[in-house]
Amino acid sequence: MLQKFFPTVLNLNLRLRQIVKRFDGPLVLDGVSLSLDGVRTLALVGPSGGGKSTLLRILGGLEHPDSGEAELDGQRLVFTEEALLRHRRSVGTVFQAFNLFPHLTALQNITLPLEKVHGRTPAQAQETGRQLLARFHLEAHAGKRPADLSGGQRQRIAIARAVSSKPRLLLLDEPTSALDPEMTAEVLDTILELREEGLDFVLVTHEMGFARRVADQVAFLADGRIVEAGPAAELFGAPSAPQTRAFLAKVLKY
Amino acid sequence: MRAANGALALLAVSLIFCFSFQHLAYHLRWSAIYPYRQLFLQGWLTTIGLSAAALVCSTLAGLCSALAQGSRFLPLRYLGKIYVELVRGTPLLVQILILFYVVADAFGVKDRYLVGVLTLSFFSGAYISEIIRAGIESVGRSQWESARAIGLTRSQTYRYVIFPQALRQSLPPLAGQFVSLVKDSSLLSIIGIQEFTLSAQMANARTYSTLECYLPLALGYLILTLPISLWTRRLEKRHQFDT
Repeated sequence: MLQKFFPTVLNLNLRLRQIVKRFDGPLVLDGVSLSLDGVRTLALVGPSGGGKSTLLRILGGLEHPDSGEAELDGQRLVFTEEALLRHRRSVGTVFQAFNLFPHLTALQNITLPLEKVHGRTPAQAQETGRQLLARFHLEAHAGKRPADLSGGQRQRIAIARAVSSKPRLLLLDEPTSALDPEMTAEVLDTILELREEGLDFVLVTHEMGFARRVADQVAFLADGRIVEAGPAAELFGAPSAPQTRAFLAKVLKY
Repeated sequence: MRAANGALALLAVSLIFCFSFQHLAYHLRWSAIYPYRQLFLQGWLTTIGLSAAALVCSTLAGLCSALAQGSRFLPLRYLGKIYVELVRGTPLLVQILILFYVVADAFGVKDRYLVGVLTLSFFSGAYISEIIRAGIESVGRSQWESARAIGLTRSQTYRYVIFPQALRQSLPPLAGQFVSLVKDSSLLSIIGIQEFTLSAQMANARTYSTLECYLPLALGYLILTLPISLWTRRLEKRHQFDT
């Protein structure tokens, strides 16, 4: 049996109040408010350009809103560079395009932040890195550079890197959009496994089937606003807003 | 196979030169310049010293200027740009004269070798700055993003993520710049620095054996520049990775 990497189940409390973000003109987030308790996995779904990724990036401390407040587990996010750096170190972020460092091996990609950010000794970092690679069945690829790995392997290494410091929350920005179906399954299995171990997630995804299966809470974003949010079963089973219904009908058609 | 092809190319080049020198119908008199061998050797060693010192200093100058141009503090950024444009837009000859006779004089620096090294570094640093800047800019936005996401600070990002990748892009043009630097050191002869080229000119003035003086000059520079090319090629191989 796999050893538990994340022993405690935290369950996230999330509060967003009137978050507004604009990028040189267009309004990307137009007053997003959300209040959820005891979330284990929150899926952000909705049409492209609706503001899902921007919201995720704000939660990950990569972007600061023009106005509004965000609170994670009763802790208000402070949007100064110093506070954001600390915040980024406490969460893990995985991007759509893997974003591994191409000049480093798979193992080095994982050990770099452990050594330089989290103060582990090289030996400790190596051990954690090897443990994680073994867990994700990637130990044979430890010495390979990203270019020599498949998309699915790369994304799983990116996930391993993001969880190596035992973050309190993992943020996934369309983690499978750049992958073919087989690799998508590979990555989704990994995510599911981590969830079973008690890691909390916020996930932006186009995989409605997966969102339905893994998420306990879902927020539907369109035009920079939250149209509807609630337990996954309700939102997918009986969406109340016409916009959500139309979207789901369209994406679930095929 | 590679050796054979190389030998073939070398043979073709030698044939052209042999034919040309045959055509000249001039008998090279090596004995004329033989007494000046010490002069040549000393000049050559001086050129090595000047180039090595300027290579280190110009890399530092280029690095500082490249970082200044990426700085968020605007005056520093403009200072970097002004430096690069000013140096690249004017002849080295003029820079040497002004820096030696005007600037160094005003600051009371008398050692012409020191001024020579600084001038050469100042000149080459501007080109290196642009090479490094291009290398840094070739590293994609997503790498910065990724480094930010894992919690690296700005300087850590440069050190562990950006520089190693920028280096790969910069090595080939950097090799070219270092080779130019060695050859550009010959212009320092105009402020009376006894380097390799001045030695050849002096020997020529005394013996009127122009070819006999300048052919060893070419060979002497080649002995310095070839290892630089080979060394950077080896570095390139070591830093190779696909993106």
